[in-house]
Amino acid sequence: MLTKYEILETYKMIHEENLDIRTITMGISLRDCCHPDGDACRQRIYDKVMRCAQDLVKVGRDIEKEYGIPIINKRVSVTPIALVAESCADEDYIKFAQTLDKAAGELGIDFIGGFSALVHKGYTPGDRKLISSIPQALATTKKVCASVNVATTKAGINMDAVRQMGVVIKDAAGLTADVGGLACAKLVVFANAPEDNPFMAGAFHGTGEPDCEINVGISGPGVVKCALEKVKGTDFSTVADVIKKTAFKITRMGQLVAKEASKRLNVPFGIVDLSLAPTPAVGDSVAYILEEMGLEKCGTHGTIAALALLNDAVKKGGIMASSHVGGLSGAFIPVSEDAGMIAAVQQGALSIEKLEAMTCVCSVGLDMIVVPGDTTADTISAIIADEMAIGAVNNKTTAVRIIPAPGKVAGDVVEFGGLLGTGPVMSLNKYGSSEFIKRGGRIPAPIISLRN
Amino acid sequence: MKAVVTVLGKDRVGIIAGISKILADSNVNILDISQTTMQDVFTMTMLTEMADSDIVFSELSDKLEAEGTRMGLYVKIQHEDIFNSMHRI
Repeated sequence: MLTKYEILETYKMIHEENLDIRTITMGISLRDCCHPDGDACRQRIYDKVMRCAQDLVKVGRDIEKEYGIPIINKRVSVTPIALVAESCADEDYIKFAQTLDKAAGELGIDFIGGFSALVHKGYTPGDRKLISSIPQALATTKKVCASVNVATTKAGINMDAVRQMGVVIKDAAGLTADVGGLACAKLVVFANAPEDNPFMAGAFHGTGEPDCEINVGISGPGVVKCALEKVKGTDFSTVADVIKKTAFKITRMGQLVAKEASKRLNVPFGIVDLSLAPTPAVGDSVAYILEEMGLEKCGTHGTIAALALLNDAVKKGGIMASSHVGGLSGAFIPVSEDAGMIAAVQQGALSIEKLEAMTCVCSVGLDMIVVPGDTTADTISAIIADEMAIGAVNNKTTAVRIIPAPGKVAGDVVEFGGLLGTGPVMSLNKYGSSEFIKRGGRIPAPIISLRN
Repeated sequence: MKAVVTVLGKDRVGIIAGISKILADSNVNILDISQTTMQDVFTMTMLTEMADSDIVFSELSDKLEAEGTRMGLYVKIQHEDIFNSMHRI
């Protein structure tokens, strides 16, 4: 029999500590939508997405109601569009983005991810067209998210792609200058991108995945922080233990919702992504967990050790709670989406160099970083190159979601609104990297890739 | 299927009566109740069996929430699995 204590603990987690299911994402394969005629291809894409996901929002709401757990977002991810659109002769893929946007609008979901290309070894014609279409595609749609994978541990880093992505990011920012460069908030550059990530903006449905599946992204930084408040001053073994147990409970909820959604939608269950994903809401911050561990401000010395412990304990607790774990599964450190991060940057405690170091021990990378509007494409490319190197050499996923906010300088603040939050503009190293980026070519795969 | 009803709020006359009536009217059986009042805060959890009830879950949920609003309390009914999955290995 459940004890009253347990029931009240669940109540508290949901109502006071911001426990929620961050997203149910339906992954849909569009491989069978290929067609030599662009209009026919887009029609097939539209029809399949609408058919597969038509009940997603309704089922999400039903589960929310029955289990009493908020499900914040319902989303769709698709096969990287470069792979599908390549079957037709169209010169650019902007209309494909608009088709996805239309479907997303009619389904009532909040984002559709997968306007993507995988170019870690090199480009195909389809990849080229997709990447050049990204700025316009993101500027002319609301709900479409794009991503480009430019590096893997096995392939090394495609520095031609890295150079191009710096330019693409600048162009996307320029086209959406009136909204603070918002298009860049929907674009991710990856190393070792996962095929089943349910979170945006980097979600796409990889080629090894089934025709359709349900992936769930959980969340609960507030719950972890509140659990740690009860063990102030205890040693790190105790801290790790508390985080593990809390992560278990949070993940079990995600597993339950995923299995239920899968059953009701008649679609296989894919994975639960164990990421601790913050929101700008008070009490929902990863940075505050680190500060609760004893750091005066997130970003000071000790931050990396704290984050390493947190990331590891979340995985250990969560793994037991779910039958299949995947996606990014680790702590997120998106600057604009975390109240504690925003404060740490504004108070001069958190720098881009510290964030880069933090990405070595947690799952996401440089996420929602706003930089001055006059940052050059080459500098952006160099920042990407650094992150890709961390990912490739350490055999982990890293990513860059960076926004050069037009007209803004270090110290300014950009309001994106909603889940995308508030971006304090961060300062960068004043020295350039253009000769480095101009070289192009490929950085060879690191020796650790030879594991056989 | 079993569901857990949670009631929280300021103690007053008629709470158990009000909630039980809605459950009885929908043929939902109360299997177990646990209730405490600490200082002024009333806390009650009920394990209920819905198998013999014809009512649609969301309709019962709405009725209970409305009763909660009427009495100034938090009232929620949830499938028991959410608690089982979190608190049991």
